[in-house]
Amino acid sequence: MRVGWPRVRRSRLGGEADRATFRTLHTASLASPALREGLTAHSAERSIRHLRTLLGTPAVAITDTDRALAWDGSGEHHIGQTAILARAAVRHGSTRVADRKDLPCDEPGCPVRHAIVSPLVVEDRIVGTLQVFADRQSAGLIRAADEVAGWVSGQLELAELGASRTRLAEAELRALRAQISPHFVYNSLGAIASFVRTDPDRARELLLEFADFTRYSFRRHGEYTTLAEELRSIERYLLLEQARFGERLQVTLRIAPEVLPVAVPFLCIQPLVENAVQHGLQAGDGTGHISIVARDLDQECVIEVEDNGAGDDPEKVRRALAGDADVQSFGLANVDARLRTSFGDDYGLAVETAPGAGTKVIVRVPKFAPGVQVTGAGA
Amino acid sequence: MNYAPGVVAVVLVTLATLAVGTWGLRFSRTTSDFYVASRTVRPALNASAIGGEYLSAASFLGVAGLVLVFGADMLWYPVGWTAGYLVLLVLVAAPLRRSGAYTLSDFAEARTGSTHVRTLCSVMVVAIGWLYLLPQFQGAGVTLQATVGAPTWVGSVVVGAVVLINVSSGGMRSITFVQAFQYWLKLTALLLPAAILVAVWAGDGAPHPVDAGGGGDLWSLPLGSGGGAGLYTTYSLIIATFLGTMGLPHVVVRFYTNPDGRAARRTTLVVLALLGLFYLLPPIYGALGRVYAAELAASGRTDVLILELPGLMISGVLGDVLTGLVTAGAFAAFLSTSSGLAIAVGGVLSQDVTARVVSKRGPSGITAFRLGAVLAIVVPCVAALVAPDLAVARVVGLAFAVAASTFCPLLLLGIWWRGLTAPGAIAGLAVGGLGSGFAVAWTLVDPAAGAGWLDVLLGQPAAWSCPAAFLTMYAVSRATRDQVPAHVRRFMVRLHTPEAVELDRG
Repeated sequence: MRVGWPRVRRSRLGGEADRATFRTLHTASLASPALREGLTAHSAERSIRHLRTLLGTPAVAITDTDRALAWDGSGEHHIGQTAILARAAVRHGSTRVADRKDLPCDEPGCPVRHAIVSPLVVEDRIVGTLQVFADRQSAGLIRAADEVAGWVSGQLELAELGASRTRLAEAELRALRAQISPHFVYNSLGAIASFVRTDPDRARELLLEFADFTRYSFRRHGEYTTLAEELRSIERYLLLEQARFGERLQVTLRIAPEVLPVAVPFLCIQPLVENAVQHGLQAGDGTGHISIVARDLDQECVIEVEDNGAGDDPEKVRRALAGDADVQSFGLANVDARLRTSFGDDYGLAVETAPGAGTKVIVRVPKFAPGVQVTGAGA
Repeated sequence: MNYAPGVVAVVLVTLATLAVGTWGLRFSRTTSDFYVASRTVRPALNASAIGGEYLSAASFLGVAGLVLVFGADMLWYPVGWTAGYLVLLVLVAAPLRRSGAYTLSDFAEARTGSTHVRTLCSVMVVAIGWLYLLPQFQGAGVTLQATVGAPTWVGSVVVGAVVLINVSSGGMRSITFVQAFQYWLKLTALLLPAAILVAVWAGDGAPHPVDAGGGGDLWSLPLGSGGGAGLYTTYSLIIATFLGTMGLPHVVVRFYTNPDGRAARRTTLVVLALLGLFYLLPPIYGALGRVYAAELAASGRTDVLILELPGLMISGVLGDVLTGLVTAGAFAAFLSTSSGLAIAVGGVLSQDVTARVVSKRGPSGITAFRLGAVLAIVVPCVAALVAPDLAVARVVGLAFAVAASTFCPLLLLGIWWRGLTAPGAIAGLAVGGLGSGFAVAWTLVDPAAGAGWLDVLLGQPAAWSCPAAFLTMYAVSRATRDQVPAHVRRFMVRLHTPEAVELDRG
């Protein structure tokens, strides 16, 4: 028994070397969430403690290209000298070692005597440095500093990736805002023109609706709006379309007034209605029936946009939602992506459709989600 | 005794409620009246709905019975239940609306940034909801016993079943109009009989209520009895009702329906007026009861005073019609309040408990909600069957005490003090919740409270548990001041700036 004990233990937890590896990996995993936010004083502050544990040196500093972001360990009076070291490393673009003459110090017993300065590189560009301070230097320490700097660079690169994904989503929203179809503008103005002589009052009203509609759609600020605002814009859109199509476009609206104050992503329903109008008008008998329903389900609200059009192959819709660029349904995929970003993956679009059976798009929106708020002033 | 009017009233109200719940209120509109569709709920309508949901069995039946027995002291119940909205109006309504929170848990999470505080709040919502539902079901039992002659458990089960069917079949949607209607139904059901009964009393030459029965001044003057303990109980009740209203889960969710903070304030103002009007009526029944229904006070069945008074004072068809009317009002009171509470509690349960169980077999929000609703109703319904009989208004008063000891500190400090931290909120909620919760349990288990100070303190805990929660929340927040959420300044700007002000709220 006595002999078996350590063997069992070793096989469970691994040997000393294995455990050291686990410890290292665990420490690295503690530092990575902060670094994934990019290189800022805040993220440096939160990750540097773990980086020093990883290196096991008296002091560590993180800088950007020309000033200190964070210092951990003893000898903090040296923090002023990090900027000079950083600039030198940025100039040379490689790891540099500084000794006592680069680090003047009056404090007796100060452990900061040597510095190893490794650049942090993101996409071939130096964005900062990792500075490791010790009372003596060794080839091993230089190697360790280099490896840690390389790992930190990797994390920062991931942060960059996340940021560019956000930028992409913003760009898509901007594109969507500017995406009032030229056909719609042309056709609306044409329809309005046809009323100018026969019914000038109606022409004037429609023109004002058109102005309000474009103002809302071109709005530059605010990621979220209320469902009431969104529906108001949809109303204008449908009025303009009805001016053009008359009896061929039938709209039914059933809105529970309780859900009107719900915050929804800006322009997340309107593209669905535009799709429904297009599908509906292509229906067999030439008359489009659109129904828009908003229901109150206690903690969330459900919005359904339905048309009686030709329907679609469910597989094609699935591919469109998955972001397949070949399928021409930019609006649907974009709305889906923005709903997921805002409220989590549970809240994607649901589409019920089949060839010849019309299409029904269902949006679920929680009444409250952390971080989601209507920011723009009312239009 | 003639049971026909009671049966007719109960059946009618039940059918109407189920019909509305099953088919919902459908508003089909074509483009011609589009603009109506995007109009939000008006403050007056929303206020009626809040009144409809808020006026429970305790208000409808309980107050009159308490006034009959204990006299003017008990007027603090209706006064407090109304004045709670004054505190809500001045300190909470608009900022809470601007926070964007739907439930109290949402607000806690948005303010402290902690999911632990959220979980704790959800637990408190369930506790308060159950405690509030318990007397509703008990009151239903008493009502059916008095008007139909059924054993007490029948009423509890009937109301529980109707609410369950209604809520889980989708009756949760678009109930603003229904609830608003309920308020006016309840008001009519008390106002009309009251007017006729007062006329009968005046024409009768019957004695003045103060002179009838015994006690005289003791009955008609506040604090006529009780001494120090009575004074404590009164103050404690005032604290509980004034500060507890803001922590009622089914009331808070109604404020979300307002489009902005200003509308939230207007709504609250109208609620104050509506409740003030309503609460004038129960004391009239209490006073008339002293003249005509002294034996009810003697037998202790005071909760049925409003139901039996018309029959006692007027015989014949008119008496039957009035009895039917008050029975309908009482039943509407159970159904509306219970539905609102069941939705609030069921929503929390489905989010935090049943959704996790259900999601293993495929995500289904509806199934989770139904399970949550079943839990929300069955637990207090069973408790109502086994718990001892307490005055309806007293148990509701205890629910207010728990709300005042937990959500009131959280809301007031969360809205008006930047220093609140998540650990502070947790500590304060725990102290207030455990303190008042223990007192409630003590009182429910042993309702025949003695006159000892311990029983008095535990019988009406708000006066000590509410300050204790405030102090704990403050002290722990100060001790953990490095954990003040980073977004708090921005959040405060959002809470306290009117929506009309052009401002970057991001």
